[in-house]
Amino acid sequence: MSATVIPARDERAGEPEQRDIAAVPGKSDRIFFRGLSSSGLLVLVITGAVGVFLAYEAAQALGEAGLSFFTTSTWEVDRGKFGIAAVLLFTVLIAAVAVAVALPISLGTALFITEVAPVRLRSALVALVDLMAAVPSVVYGLWGVALLQGQALGVARWLSSWFGWIPFFSVSGADPDNPLSSASVFTASTFIAGLVVAMMVIPIQCVVMREVFSQVPVGEREGAFALGATRWGMIQVVTLPFGRGGIIGGTMLGLGRALGETIAVVLIISPRFDITFNVLEAGSNSVSALIALRYSEASGLGLSALFAAGLVLFMLTLVVNFTASWFIARSRSGAGSEA
Amino acid sequence: MSPTATTVGAPVGADAQRSGVEVASPVDNVRTTSTAGEVGTVCPQPPGPGLPPQQRRALGTMSRRDVMVLVGAAVSAVCTALLLFGRLTPLTGRLGFVVVAFVFFLATYAALVSLDDSRPAVVDRVMAALFAAAGVVAFVALLSVVVYTTYRGWSALVHVNFFTQDMSAAGPQSPLTEGGVIHSVAGTVIIMAICLVLTVPLSIACAVFLNETDNRFSSLVRTIVTAMTALPSIIAGLFIFATWILILGFERSGLAAAISVSLMMLPIIVRSADVVLRLVPGNLREASAALGAPQWRTVWHVVLPTARSGLTTSVILGVARGIGETAPVLLTAGFIQSMNLNPFGAPMVSLPLTAFKFVTSGVPNLIARGFATAALLMVLVLVLFSLARILGGRPAGRLSPRQVRKAAQQSAADLERIEHMAQEVQR
Repeated sequence: MSATVIPARDERAGEPEQRDIAAVPGKSDRIFFRGLSSSGLLVLVITGAVGVFLAYEAAQALGEAGLSFFTTSTWEVDRGKFGIAAVLLFTVLIAAVAVAVALPISLGTALFITEVAPVRLRSALVALVDLMAAVPSVVYGLWGVALLQGQALGVARWLSSWFGWIPFFSVSGADPDNPLSSASVFTASTFIAGLVVAMMVIPIQCVVMREVFSQVPVGEREGAFALGATRWGMIQVVTLPFGRGGIIGGTMLGLGRALGETIAVVLIISPRFDITFNVLEAGSNSVSALIALRYSEASGLGLSALFAAGLVLFMLTLVVNFTASWFIARSRSGAGSEA
Repeated sequence: MSPTATTVGAPVGADAQRSGVEVASPVDNVRTTSTAGEVGTVCPQPPGPGLPPQQRRALGTMSRRDVMVLVGAAVSAVCTALLLFGRLTPLTGRLGFVVVAFVFFLATYAALVSLDDSRPAVVDRVMAALFAAAGVVAFVALLSVVVYTTYRGWSALVHVNFFTQDMSAAGPQSPLTEGGVIHSVAGTVIIMAICLVLTVPLSIACAVFLNETDNRFSSLVRTIVTAMTALPSIIAGLFIFATWILILGFERSGLAAAISVSLMMLPIIVRSADVVLRLVPGNLREASAALGAPQWRTVWHVVLPTARSGLTTSVILGVARGIGETAPVLLTAGFIQSMNLNPFGAPMVSLPLTAFKFVTSGVPNLIARGFATAALLMVLVLVLFSLARILGGRPAGRLSPRQVRKAAQQSAADLERIEHMAQEVQR
């Protein structure tokens, strides 16, 4: 009969010496690691250079304008009066509209895919959402300006006539009592830009949420069912609490994308530089649209001012994205998820 | 007999006694059931002549009744909305109709379900209907994007010259039978080729670096790369515009566009390749290390081949993202109407930029061309995307039949080689 034989300890030998278990890489491995490290360094330098250069270029304009850069709303660089108060506000408003529209749809779609849809349909639906993420933003922009704008005008008019008493929905120049009044006061608004950006945000949020929901432990799920929960009851007590980190993280990831979207916004909006919270009103702006529309005529201080605006936008998306990954990593399910 | 073997059973019995569980043998159990009939497992009697034959129960979640309720609620809601719109009230508008019909549907559905189910079941059905509605909204939106773009571009898409000519001979007012976008197709292909050359080796190497080393430097690189995925694409374009074109004085060109798009793709590919490599099972690495392979051989022969399909997917998805980027190309590539195959020192356009410029021109024919270009771009992305799904459908380490055959051949050859060597040694 065989058994593990534990070697008898020699009392006289004292404590056994601990062996060093660090591996000593061979010559080929040392070269390999040097190569790997240099590729890491290269990526670090390239990506770091963007950030450093951005800050360096922005310094001139920021020094010129000082704190008024954040409080001025006009953009007249030649006259020394420029700031991103309005532009940044519009950027945030567009992103907020986009997320407000996208969140219910993406959450519902993610839950539909993981919980409700027949198993046969699931992989097709997943492919569909991925496809939605792959459609180029310029296509969404074209669709938004040519098709969605016409449809959304009616919604905007309806919102402003019934909910005009809510500050966000009031529109100066709109006449709620005259249904035949011109719809031009509603075109090119923050609301419509937000709707188009929502189309890009939905798949991003949905992918993260679905990923997290699909990792819900089967045991907990079946435990809820075994206790007599309905499907919605199970979702309430198991799926949603488990996926909370993913929901918040996915939402913020979508927000980060919405803040930086350029070309769709450029196609929709007509730029304006005054501060207003009325999202339905004609005209809007965004930092990236500002850069796209002004870069060609800018030089010297003007370019530096654009860089400063870009830097602020980058900082904003950076904070949003890091918060998103923090939420996702901190959630119970986050270890394996992609974002 | 070794001392270990005798004690194996002990803790279990001890635990059971401590917790007061009565450990009964299966035989005891059966006897209890058959005699006393109080506690214990009751075996159902086998179907015999006295009992009706057992029927297999349907485990599906939708019964016929459920379907009827659903269809009934839908029909009733549509009819009510039809009645309201234009007949009973002065409501108009397609969107309003859909919303009103949906609200009626929910109400009718809830009422019908509540006829024979409890409140929690009603809430459950209504929530499921809401989720399905969200899915339908997303699907309809995507469908409308695809169909509308194709529809608006159809008049240009039907002419072969759209795919074979450039715009050098065709003015803005030219009929759709003249001119095309072959120059932007070529530009897109060239720009993406440069992007691939620039990003793929570097990003895969960097992802391997992040996975194989675990020190402060690699976590710094990971943090910076994560931060850079947040970089708005327009800023990547602005960066290249300011450095490459304004400071270094190069001309706007395909190369500049490719660099700016690469700048945006690089962190994306590194991130997703990092995730894919992390999925390679640890025991494969350990097996390779246990066989005495140095780490670079482990990476080259085990890790990378195992993760190949996932890596391909991450590269293709990066390309699909980069190919549709308009903003950085707008700033760095310039604009041109004729064919240019030289990415250095002369303007070059890509498909999304062409679509953008055409549509913003405001000329009807150019707008049609713009939508056609967008449709073409969408088809291109769709092809790339299907490729990614076909190649990346398998998880790390799962081989296709062809790869299995190849691996079997390889190991048969290895066996022969080893046996041959063994014979040599014996001799």
